[in-house]
This record gives sequence, structure tokens and C-alpha cells, in this order.
Amino acid sequence: MTGEPAPERLSSDPLNDAQIAASLFIQSPLSFGGMVLRGSAPARDALVAAIAQKLPTRRLPAHVDDERLLGGIDIAASLAAGRPVETKGLLAEAEGAVLIVPMAERMNEALAGRLAQALDDKRVALILLDDAREADEGPPLALMERLAFQCDLTHSRERKASLKTGAALENAPLDDEALAAIAATGAALGVHSVRALIHTSAAARAHAAISGRGEAERADLEAAARLVLAPRATQLPPPPDEPETDDAPPPETGETPEDNSQQSADQKLEDKVVEAAAAAIPADLLAQLAKGLAPRASGASGSGQKRKSGLRGKPLGARPGMPRGGARLAMIDTLRAAVPWQAVRRKETGAGSDSPLIMRKDDLRVRRFEEKAARVTIFAVDASGSAAAARLAEAKGAVELMLAQAYVTRSEVALIAFRGEVAELLLPPTRSLTRARRALAELPGGGGTPLAMGLNTARELAHSVRGRGRTPSLIVLTDGRANIDAAGQPGRKQAGEDAKDAAKAIARQGIDALVVDISARASREGGDLAETMQARYLALPRADAKTLHAAISSREPA
Amino acid sequence: MAKFPFSAIVGQDEMKQALLIAAVDGSLGGVMVFGDRGTGKSTAARALASLLPPITAHVNCPYGGSKEDAERYPDVCGGGPLRKRPVPFVDLPLGATEDRVIGSLDLEKALRSGEKGFEPGLLAKAHRGFLYIDEINLLEDHLVDLLLDVAASGENVVEREGLSVRHPAKFVLIGSGNPEEGELRPQLLDRFGLSVEVRTPEDIETRVKIMRLVAASERDPEGFAAEWAAEDEKILKQIARGKAKLAKLEPSQDILTDAAHLCMAVGADDLRGELTLMRAARALAALEGARSIKREHLIAVAPSALRHRLRRDVLDETGSTARITRAIDELFG
Repeated sequence: MTGEPAPERLSSDPLNDAQIAASLFIQSPLSFGGMVLRGSAPARDALVAAIAQKLPTRRLPAHVDDERLLGGIDIAASLAAGRPVETKGLLAEAEGAVLIVPMAERMNEALAGRLAQALDDKRVALILLDDAREADEGPPLALMERLAFQCDLTHSRERKASLKTGAALENAPLDDEALAAIAATGAALGVHSVRALIHTSAAARAHAAISGRGEAERADLEAAARLVLAPRATQLPPPPDEPETDDAPPPETGETPEDNSQQSADQKLEDKVVEAAAAAIPADLLAQLAKGLAPRASGASGSGQKRKSGLRGKPLGARPGMPRGGARLAMIDTLRAAVPWQAVRRKETGAGSDSPLIMRKDDLRVRRFEEKAARVTIFAVDASGSAAAARLAEAKGAVELMLAQAYVTRSEVALIAFRGEVAELLLPPTRSLTRARRALAELPGGGGTPLAMGLNTARELAHSVRGRGRTPSLIVLTDGRANIDAAGQPGRKQAGEDAKDAAKAIARQGIDALVVDISARASREGGDLAETMQARYLALPRADAKTLHAAISSREPA
Repeated sequence: MAKFPFSAIVGQDEMKQALLIAAVDGSLGGVMVFGDRGTGKSTAARALASLLPPITAHVNCPYGGSKEDAERYPDVCGGGPLRKRPVPFVDLPLGATEDRVIGSLDLEKALRSGEKGFEPGLLAKAHRGFLYIDEINLLEDHLVDLLLDVAASGENVVEREGLSVRHPAKFVLIGSGNPEEGELRPQLLDRFGLSVEVRTPEDIETRVKIMRLVAASERDPEGFAAEWAAEDEKILKQIARGKAKLAKLEPSQDILTDAAHLCMAVGADDLRGELTLMRAARALAALEGARSIKREHLIAVAPSALRHRLRRDVLDETGSTARITRAIDELFG
């Protein structure tokens, strides 16, 4: 809970919409794919319980391994029985049912990939319980995209949920006018996925069904757009007065008055649906969109994010252990361990055993792998007025060159910019050149130098990078002339001290760092900063992007 | 469940063309599809596989081997009478382990009889069909290496856990991914034969059409498939004719010169680019039933065949596609 006041325009409880969504979902769970329920309010449990009354459900722990999910040979049982014992995978057991996944924001991509396949084949439906605290965390995008409904129940105060049921989905398909309204709404909100539109049209029909209508009406379209499209919005709809070029119908010759009225009704339907959807854009998303930021571009489940696991990488040989939790059985080593004991064991168990190999639990060996931790280079770029004028372009160029190299060496790059009163994470760790280039292009210059803020943000990022088992290395491009303190107040003296504190904190955490002094003349401040940070210092008074890149990469271990 | 028919897929012409070319000439090196989610990438790939005519294979062969395969790989093919089976389409899950992909020691056999046997993996399953990898850019690098290697050689060689097995694995590799979420290393990228970029259709009319078709297919998958069966049949015949025609088409000297000029102009200077461009043009000509390979074929396949081979200038904002179109205009305009 962030403690933010609930926005006024949402006078009703968020559970209301979620209940409608769930009612639609239970009409045809497999074709809707499922729901994402965010926020661990009691309302969520109530809603899940209500769904469980109508549909068969099954809980799927987010850490389930492949064997359990897909089935296979149960090793422990096989060894005991002396014959292979097959187990059925969870996916097969749950065929046609709803899988409930708690803590879905922590799901790894491998599991998400499997589930996405099962969704595509319409084998199961999913309810993802998303307990993420941060805006940029969330369940894997591959799944978010495939599930029709996303509901945020964080601010719900309800404790009971009830669902509506309706006649089976046998009502008329949507007419072209309705489909066009949905498509236009999608376009207005910047929803690019056609899958979302398909979900919307199905939702409109389901909504008509639970409302006892044979044909979908405006209210059904509005509800569908609100439930499916609004949470996916990537832009605010253009002001209604502005005519859209895309959906202008082809000019007709000999327009009759009837035609005209038809046309304006058409426009009206679209506008109404757009309006309904826009009014339902979640508050936090709205705030983000208003700032002109594309949401979820910083999805936590982007590239990489690999954990250090005993699953892949360079083989290191085997060690004794049970093949569980994803660790794989080293078959040859296991057999090798068992063979010398055969004669002894046969005597112990008596001649009755007809198994050619008598295995014990102690024989089991699992494989070990060494995985090199990926390197993440964090650039903290001073985009203030003093630095920007001359050097920002070069800094941008250098970051791009670093990135081009990063995707060859499979390391990642992150970008923090500090200027004015803020330090912003413009680019979370990524290998994507496309995203990086965009982030850089949008990087404006000018304003004060909140050096302390920039350093603190960089340190926090480095810390979280480390938490994910990767090695951060920090490159600070600045002129070192701080004039905004850590609290965002101007003042050279306080700013300098805060920057010093921030630098010390970086040194304390032992983060590998480099300070590149980009002031026009090498300055004392830059050197001091590097010293406090226990970082290397590089004065580049007249370097262009290429020189800068060469200087950075020469000290960068490949 | 009936698959969505290939001919009912709206728009995405470049992707469809690339897939058809790959179906005609399986040795081109597969197709890489870049694009956002929800653009019908996997739908198209799956639809193509179910469109193709069934293959004839030995009943007991775990690899779906043909007669020739059984002769070349007598140890691994179980033999048995020849029967028809559908063209395999293998969906490689993101978290797939090396074991599951290339095959591993048969645990069941090892436990039951202490014998060393080979349990075929996904590569074996994909033989003579398609191997589809969604979000290939998120796949482990060593797996991507391995896949491209097998795809190029048509044979899977397993030397591990005391096993030594060779089996046929000829398949068309189809990868897809979203460049926003991390890119494929250029070394890997240029081993794909073709690459296409798909976007969601932005005009309302197309989007309405897609929604209408999908709704119809969800309501009655079998009926919908039957409705489009005639269209699909046409494409099927086209592919079959193209395959038969492929060997008969020889590029003329002029076309070879054109291809070389084009590759030089865009700076795709390795031989692989030129070869792929030529072969893709040939496959397209065969697909269209043309008598000879013409410049228009070359131009039509140039973006897909070369886009991912251009030397990348990180400071140049111009997209690869634009660079190719520009070069075509300058050369042949």
C-alpha cells in the first residue's frame, strides 16, 4: 500500500470491475486466458474463492520445476520400486482447469514460456496473483499479454465477492460497427496488440450474455473496453475534437440524410467507448501516461535477469544429492557410484532381488554448473547545464558504442541521468539497443547538478543488480560541480557534502567505479570525487564519443 | 482443435512470403521474425505447418525418418512399414534444457535394464518439420548456437554421457522475438536465412477484419477451417509446384550481377548474404511459377534476405529496411 488517496473519479470500489471481469471470465475461461489480480487485499482472496466455486482450480507454486509441471519419471519411486514410475505433470492434471499462481511477479521466464504455450493451446486458464510493490515489477509480459483481464485490487475495501452468471455464449457476433468502435478505442489508447482487441470483442459478447441480452449493446462495448483495453493503455486518447484520420469512412457519393445520421451515430459509439475506457485507466498508469512515459517499457521481466542457478553454464562435475529443485541427475556418475556396491548389496538384500542394479539414495549424484555472472554497466550521466552544453552528445555517443559492444559480450547496460532536481533511471539494465537509443535520444540537458542524487540512484541500482547475482560496474560522467543537495535544494556547500557522502557510500559497498571528468578543463572536483569513491579517474577534456568509448573499454574487462 | 487457416491470416505479407519461401526451400536457413506480441507470429508459423501435406515415415522411427533416412541412419531408425504422419511442428519452450533439446540418456531403460539407450529430444521430433522458438532472443546462447548448427548441418550429433549417436534433424527453424527486450547476437542473427519485421496493422479496417475472422474461428473452429480449406489447398499446391520447380531454375548471369551489386551497395559483403539472396529469389520465382528468376524476385526478397546482415552503425538512425530500399532505388530505380 502506498497510502495514496484513492482518486476521486473512482468512486466505486475497484472490486466491482474485478467482479464483472471475473463473471465474464468464468463464461469462457479458456478463450479469455485468465486474469491478473494485483494487490494482496482481502477482496482478492474473496474473488478467487468466488471463482473457485464456479470452476475447477488448482494452485501452481511459482517455483514449480519442469518435471513436476510436465511430468516424467519419478526417480525416488522408481528406485524403490525397481521399475520406472511415471508421474503426471501438473499441466496435464489441470487440463481445462484454472491454475492460480501466487506471487506471479517472481515467476521465471522459463515457466512463463511453458504456461504461454499451454495458454495458446487453450489447455488451461491462469489467474496470476501479482504482489509486486514497485510499478516496474510484475508478472512476465508474455503472460500479461495473453490474459484478457488485469484488475488492481490494492485499494479495495470489500471483503465479499459475488459473480454473475448468464446464459451460455450463444448470442450474435458483434457487427462491424461494434468491431470498428473497439478497434478505434484500441488505436486511441495506443493498444497495439490485436490479441487485446480480440479479447475485447469476446468480453463485449460475454457481457451481453450475463446481462441477458442477445446482442451486444453500447453498454457491453463500454464495459469490455474498460476491463480489457484501459489497463493496457500506452497513451491518452487524443482530445475528442481532433478528427482521426484513420477511421474516417471513405467519402460516399450521393449521401442521403440517413447515411449522415448513421455516420454520426458511428462516431458517437466510438467516442463513447473511448471515453469509457479512458475513464477507467488505472490511476498510477494515468499519472505515468500524463508524464509522457510509456508504461511497462521497464518491465522487470525484460532480457536477462538470469539467476545463478545450478542449471546451466559450464559443467563442473557432479556432487551427491537428490535431483530436485531443478537440479539434474548426473546419470553416469550415479551409476558409477552404485556399481562397486552391487555385490555387497545383493548379499544384504538376499538373492531375491531381480533388479540388475540395486540403488540407494546415497548413490544419487546431481550436476553442477558454473555460470559466469553477467556484467551490468551502469552509466550515471550528468545532464546538467554546466555539463550538458558541451559534453552530453559525446556521453550519449559513448553509451551507444558501449551498448553495441555489450550485445556482443552479452553484458547489459543501464542509464541514469541527473539534472535539475531529479535523478532518473532512464534505462533499466538491458541489452536492447532499440530501447537504449530511444532513452538517449529523449535525454534532455540543462538545469542544476544533483550529483548526490545521481550517485545515490546509481548505488541503489548497483545494489539491486548485485542482488540478482550480477556484477555491477559504475561509470559516472560528470564535471563534479554539484550544486543541488540530496534533498533537491540548491546550495553549493550542502550539495558538495551530500555528494561526498554518496561517494563514500559507493566506496563502502565496494562497487567497481570509474569517474569520467567531462568538464572543459580537468577539475579538482572530479579528482576528489573519484578519490572518495575509490574509483579510477579519467579526465577527458576534449574527447569525442569514440575516444571516450576507447578509454572506457580499455579498462573494462571483457 | 483445428488450427487457424494460413490463408485467413490478414496482412503480414512479408512474413507470409518468407514462411512460404522457407517451406519451398528448407535449406535456406530458417526465418527470424521480429515484432511485438500479438501480431500473429506464432499463428502464422503454426498454420503453415498444419497446411503442409503429410510426410511418409517409418512407423517405428522416433525421428519420423523417410526411406532415405533409414538407409543413411540404419542404427537409429526403428524401421517398420511406411505410414503418413503430419508435418511436425515443435514449439521449443524458453526454459528447455540441453537434454530435452538434443536428447539424453534414456532414464527408463537405464533404470529397468541398466542399458545405455538414447532418448530422442526435441530436435529429433522436429525432423522434416518446423522448429519454432518464441522469444529466441531470451534463449540461452549455447542453445541458440547448437540449434543453428544442427539446422545448418541437418544432423544432430550427440556425444555425451557415454552416448554416441547421430540422427537426422532437418528442420526449418523459425525464431521470433521482440527487439525491445534484448537483441540476438549479430553472429547468430546472420545465420538465419531470412528475417522479417512484423508490426500490428494500425488501420481500423484491417483490425476489424482480423477480429471478425478470429471471432468466427473461435465460434466454430472446424467450420471455419473448412470454409478456408479451398484457399489453403491453393497455397498447398503452390508450395508443391514450387518445390518441384526449384531445381530447374538457374539464375542468369544478369541476375547474379544484380545480386552482387545490391549486396555491395548495402554493405552486406559476406558471401552468405549473396547466396541467401539468390536462393530466396529462386524460391520465390519457383513459388510463383515463373519461368526464370527475374529482377523483381530479387527486389521482393532483398529486405528479408539482407536486413539482418547489414553492418550496424550504432549512430545511424536509419533502419536497415530503409537502407535496402534506398539501395534498390538507386541501383534499379
